[in-house]
Amino acid sequence: MTIETEIYHAPVASGAVLLRELVAHLREKRTPLRDEWARHIVEAQLLTAMTKEEIFTEASTVYDSYLEALETGSVEALEAYARNLSERIIPRGVETHEVLGIVLLLRDVLARELFKKYGADVALLNRVQDAYEPAANRIAITVGVGFVQERERIIRQQQEAIRELSTPVLPVRERLLILPIIGVIDPQRARQLTEQLLHGIRTNRARVVVMDITGVPVMDANVANHLVQTVEAARLLGATVIVTGLSPEIAQTLVTIGVDLTKMTTVGDLQGGIEQAERRLGYTVAPIHTNEHSG
Amino acid sequence: MEVPILKQGPFLIASVQAALSDADLWQMRKAIVEQVVKRRARGVIVDITSVDVVDSFATRMLRDTAQMIRLRGAQTVIVGIQPEVAFAMVQLGLNLEGVATALDLEEGLAYLGEVGKDKP
Repeated sequence: MTIETEIYHAPVASGAVLLRELVAHLREKRTPLRDEWARHIVEAQLLTAMTKEEIFTEASTVYDSYLEALETGSVEALEAYARNLSERIIPRGVETHEVLGIVLLLRDVLARELFKKYGADVALLNRVQDAYEPAANRIAITVGVGFVQERERIIRQQQEAIRELSTPVLPVRERLLILPIIGVIDPQRARQLTEQLLHGIRTNRARVVVMDITGVPVMDANVANHLVQTVEAARLLGATVIVTGLSPEIAQTLVTIGVDLTKMTTVGDLQGGIEQAERRLGYTVAPIHTNEHSG
Repeated sequence: MEVPILKQGPFLIASVQAALSDADLWQMRKAIVEQVVKRRARGVIVDITSVDVVDSFATRMLRDTAQMIRLRGAQTVIVGIQPEVAFAMVQLGLNLEGVATALDLEEGLAYLGEVGKDKP
């Protein structure tokens, strides 16, 4: 049997032919191999965010695309599928190691099958492995890279969204702007904040700006100095900036690291800041005397 | 290029048209300090809306001019600093401490009007 196989294959068995034969064999064994793979996935506790049925469905599709990529050597279809799959599973919290893990598991399940089929003939097995390994590795890389790229795309998109949302400049009264800042201020965000604030002052003809940093958890010396510069620049445009909501932690840090904040007007909370701003602008806010009407 | 100095009510308005040479700045300072009393002005507005670069010399000139005007019994307000110019100035550590600033000519006039009210 062994000798027969060798005689049959030896003269014609180029890598491509071997791969085709291999794929035909793996197609034939589709159901048991796929099930074994799915079992391995569950055992290895990969894709825990998905149900068994979902894993099974995806496994079937991945299995078929995998064989197709092996057969044709073209990873384009698989690439598209990997992107599509990533798009679906990333929001559910599937991690990079899980995706790489399942592809490598499939590679191993199929490799075992090769051992079983060709194990008796070491020379042939070696040739089959020579054909199979590069193709399988290319597939693993394609899927892994596709997943990471998709993740990076999502991260970029989210960063963009955060950037757009991050520094609203809101007019609350004539000549009074508020600038609520939430989250960590990094140097890039600080630059953008300055730009938006200074242009906001110009377009709204603001005289007073209340910058509320209640939602800023930490601040380092660079960002603090940048804020001081922003406050000074705003003054050059004729506007006063009142900073509100400095947390105890930030107050302690800034004094400890020695940032000079003497040029900043600070008020405890946003309400106090707005009240002070209104006083500067000459507004008085008084409750409506409803009892005058009723009585 | 000479800076035109106009009179508007009790105020002088020096409208700086473009990037000035150091000599022009000297000339402007001299002219303003002379004319502020001669033309009986209560306040001076220096409008630098069209200026896109303010260096350390210009900053010092503006600060000195404002102090000289105060000694001559009038108020100064600098108006029209562009956002980019303002931020570049503070980053370079150039400050106009002690000098009043306002958004534009209109705001400058309003500021001088208010300051004037304090002393009858």
